Parts: sequence; structure tokens; C-alpha cells
Amino acid sequence: MLKMRRHFQSFAKFSYRGIILISLFFFFHGITSFAAVQENVSLVPATDSAFAKEAKEKKAEGFNAGDMIMEHVVDNHEWHILEIGNFKLSIPLPVILYYDGNLYSFSSSRFHNEEHSYKGFSLPEEGPGKGRIVRTAAMPGGPKVYDFSITKTVLAIFISAFIMLFVFISVARAYKRNLNKAPKGMQSMLEPLIIFVRDDIAKSSIGEKNYEKYMPYLLTIFFFIFLNNVLGIIPIFPGGANVTGNIAVTMVMAVFTFILTTVNGNKHYWVDIINTPGVPWWLKLPIPLMPIVEIIGVITKPFVLMVRLFANMAAGHIIALGFVSLIFIFGAMNVVLGYGVSVGAVAFMIFMNLLELLVAFIQAYVFTLLSALYFGLATIEPEHH
Amino acid sequence: MELITPGLGLIFWMTLVFLALLFLLKKFAWLPILKMLKDREDAITDALSSADKAKEEMKQLQFSNEQLLAEAKNERDSILNEARKIKEKIIEEARLKAGEEAGNIMASALENIRNEKMAALTELKNEVGELSLEIATKILQRELSDPKKQEEFARQLLKEIKLN
Repeated sequence: MLKMRRHFQSFAKFSYRGIILISLFFFFHGITSFAAVQENVSLVPATDSAFAKEAKEKKAEGFNAGDMIMEHVVDNHEWHILEIGNFKLSIPLPVILYYDGNLYSFSSSRFHNEEHSYKGFSLPEEGPGKGRIVRTAAMPGGPKVYDFSITKTVLAIFISAFIMLFVFISVARAYKRNLNKAPKGMQSMLEPLIIFVRDDIAKSSIGEKNYEKYMPYLLTIFFFIFLNNVLGIIPIFPGGANVTGNIAVTMVMAVFTFILTTVNGNKHYWVDIINTPGVPWWLKLPIPLMPIVEIIGVITKPFVLMVRLFANMAAGHIIALGFVSLIFIFGAMNVVLGYGVSVGAVAFMIFMNLLELLVAFIQAYVFTLLSALYFGLATIEPEHH
Repeated sequence: MELITPGLGLIFWMTLVFLALLFLLKKFAWLPILKMLKDREDAITDALSSADKAKEEMKQLQFSNEQLLAEAKNERDSILNEARKIKEKIIEEARLKAGEEAGNIMASALENIRNEKMAALTELKNEVGELSLEIATKILQRELSDPKKQEEFARQLLKEIKLN
């Protein structure tokens, strides 16, 4: 709960950014939960199957918004599509485990049993280790379970990668087809974005001389982040996965930016770090205070990239889910109250979704722009005095 | 799974997919697209500049055309002027020549007339001589005795001659 609060605070900081993604997500959830509410009205109210969609998250005393939200935001071994009453539609995803020198792979639906375990591994649904596959009777200090499963997020990454390959290779073909002619269809939709990345991000941050080398990377991260942000807003399969709101994903991209910056840093860049000009000598000798600060700065840059994107997107999802939760919280008190609140909640979700659309673009832009700026800093030629 | 602890599997897959995506897109999408965008921009710039050049050339051409036209006009005017002058000259010459010819003809006519007159006079003189002789003969034949009559007769004869 403390973590949740922190997230809400971080959301407040990035307020408008965080807001957008949430809204679309909520919209759909709102609709499905509506269906659930209706179903339950005819049944016996206030039984444990009452608000069927989130029934799983329900503790004995009622609906737990925090658990529900967290389950939607973090990664999962199954892709839940919808739940109405006792009807449950979800895609079980393959589990791939490396344990003690052996590879194990099986469907995550194998865990659907009383003990939530299969082949000596278990996937707890409750408690602190929830959602993390462990060895059932693990000895302390024994071999660890390395989980390489195709989780919901991994599948979403695959899907978005295929979408990107399909779209951009066909766009490239379109360019070959109407050589030196005005763009058409998909090509004309994406061309402004490509030119935007080239002219307003790469050229202006890196400079005319060096920018071409970084274009493929910048275009890839821009469109990868943008596509996944937008897919995250869409609540139905294959959208709805919180890819860019997952810290592992943003970390990988930030690390790529860091590696490219470090590998391409020229002499001037390193000299500025080790022997920062314009700083009194006693800050460098005998205690290398400035170099330490500079090196911390080098690491902080990608770290900030990672956290910014992750926090914005995760916060967006959390807020959207928060609005959905309102319906259930009030619905648990009184069915009519639930209906009443749902009107306002859905309205807010729509507003949030629109805001998230804006954020989807802004975050892709910011990540790409900052990466380009770091590349530019690393490759800038020293000024001649 | 925790919200802020990156999962190992996810890092692994993300790195793998991202590298593959980067490589494939670079090879099959970004480089061709960027190259063709650049080519197209260059082509457009070229086309624009060549259009400008063509416009300039057209202007030049139009200017030279106008110049040519003006020159031709001038030439035509001068030719016409010259022709007019020549025409006038010819007419003048013709007129002069005609006058001269007329003068010549007149002169020769006068000559002829004079000649004819002289001839006529000569003939007349001869005739007069003959007639005088004839008269003298006749007088001599007639009464040469009577000087009075002779004189009268001579006078009468002379009178007759005058009428001729």
C-alpha cells in the first residue's frame, strides 16, 4: 500500500502524463464490469461471486482495489481477456524455466490446480511471492529458478515487434514502389513521424554530421515506445499489456542508450568527465570529487530515462484502474450506488484515455529526444577557441 | 511479480526481441526509407532549381526574342526606306531620262525641220532661178524691143512669182 501511495505521488508529479493511458484501459474494464454487475444483480448480492470480474482479488471481506490494480499492472503468466461470472477467458502462456542445469517448459495452465504447482514448481497466488515461480520445496541456499517464460509482457513485445516489422517493411516497399512520388496511405501517415524524428530529434540534437548513424536506433525506440504506449491504452487483446510501464522493458532500452552513448563517446566527452574544465583543481585533487559526480551523472541519465517512462506508463494504468475500482468499491456498498458512480468513473476514464494518448506520444518523444541529446553530448566536437 | 524489480526473463526476451527488431528494421525498413526520403528531397530540390533555371532561360529567351523581333522590325524599316529611296531615284532617273530623250527627239525634229526647210529653200531658189530664167527667156523672146513693155512684163512676172 505504501508503494501504491508512492506511485500515486509520482503520478501527481507527472500528472497529465500519467493520466492518459489509464483512461482507455479503464473504459473497457468499465464496460466488462458493468456486465458483471448486471449479472450479479439477478443473483444473490454480496456473495463472494458478486463482482465476478475481479472476484479473484476479493478477500473474504470484499473487493481489494490495490491487489486488483497491481495484478493488472505487473507481468503475468496468463493473459486474462475477460471474466463474466464463472466464465473465464484467458490465454495460458508457455512457462520456460531454467533450474539446476535443466530446462523445463510447459503451459502455465498446468498451475491451475489446488496446490498451484506442477513438476515441483509452484506459482503462488497469494502472499509475498505471488506471481513468481519457485521450487515447491526449496532448500535455502539451493539452486535458484530462472524464469524465462513467455509472459504477457513478452508476448506483447513479440506482437508489437511483428506489427512494427510488418508496417515498416511494407512502408519501405511503398517507398520503392512510388519512387520520388508523393506518399500514399500508411506511408503518408508515418512519413511525418519519421521526418519528425529525423529533423526535430536527431538532426537538432546530434547535429548534421553524425546524426545518420543513430537514426535506425532512434526510430526503433520511438516507434516501439509509441506503439506499445498506444497498445497499452487499448484494453482488448492484443492491447492492454503494460509493456512500457514495465521496468524491465524500459531498463533494457535505457541500457541500450547508455551503451551507445558510452561506446560512441569521443575524447572530448571523456576528458570533460575526468577533467571537467572550469572547475577549481581542489575539486579534482587529491579527492576526485568532480569526476565522481560526473560519473554518477553518466549513470543517472539512463536511470532517469528508465524511471520516467516506466513511472509515467505504470501510473497511467494505475489511475485508470483506480477509477474502475471505484465502481466496485461503491458497488459493494450498494448496487445502485455502484451504478451511479460508474457514470462518473467512465466519464473520467474517457478523459484519462484521451490524456494518455497525448502521454503516449510525449513519452516516446521524450525518451527518443533525451537519447539523442545524450548521443549528441557524447559526440560533440570541442569548440575551437 | 513485483512492480519495480525487473524480471530476468523479461530482460532477456526484451533484449533479444529489441536487438532483432533493431537489426531487421534497420536493414529492411529504416535505411531504405531514409535513403529514399533523402533521394526524394534531393529530387524535389533539383526539380525546383531546374524549374527556376528553366524560368530564367525562358525569360532570357523571351528577351532575346523581343530583341530579335525589334531588330527585324528595324531591318524591315530600313529596307523599306531604302526601297523607297531607290524607287524615288529610279523614278527621278526615269523622269530625267525621259526629259532628255524628249529633248533629243525635239532637237532632232528641229534639225529635220531646218534641214527640210533648207532643202525646200534650196529647191525654191532653184525653182525661182529656173522660173527667172524662163521668164527672162520669155521676155527675151517677146518684145525685147520695147523697153517699157519689157519692164512692165518683168514686173508682172515678178508679181506672179511673189504669190508663189
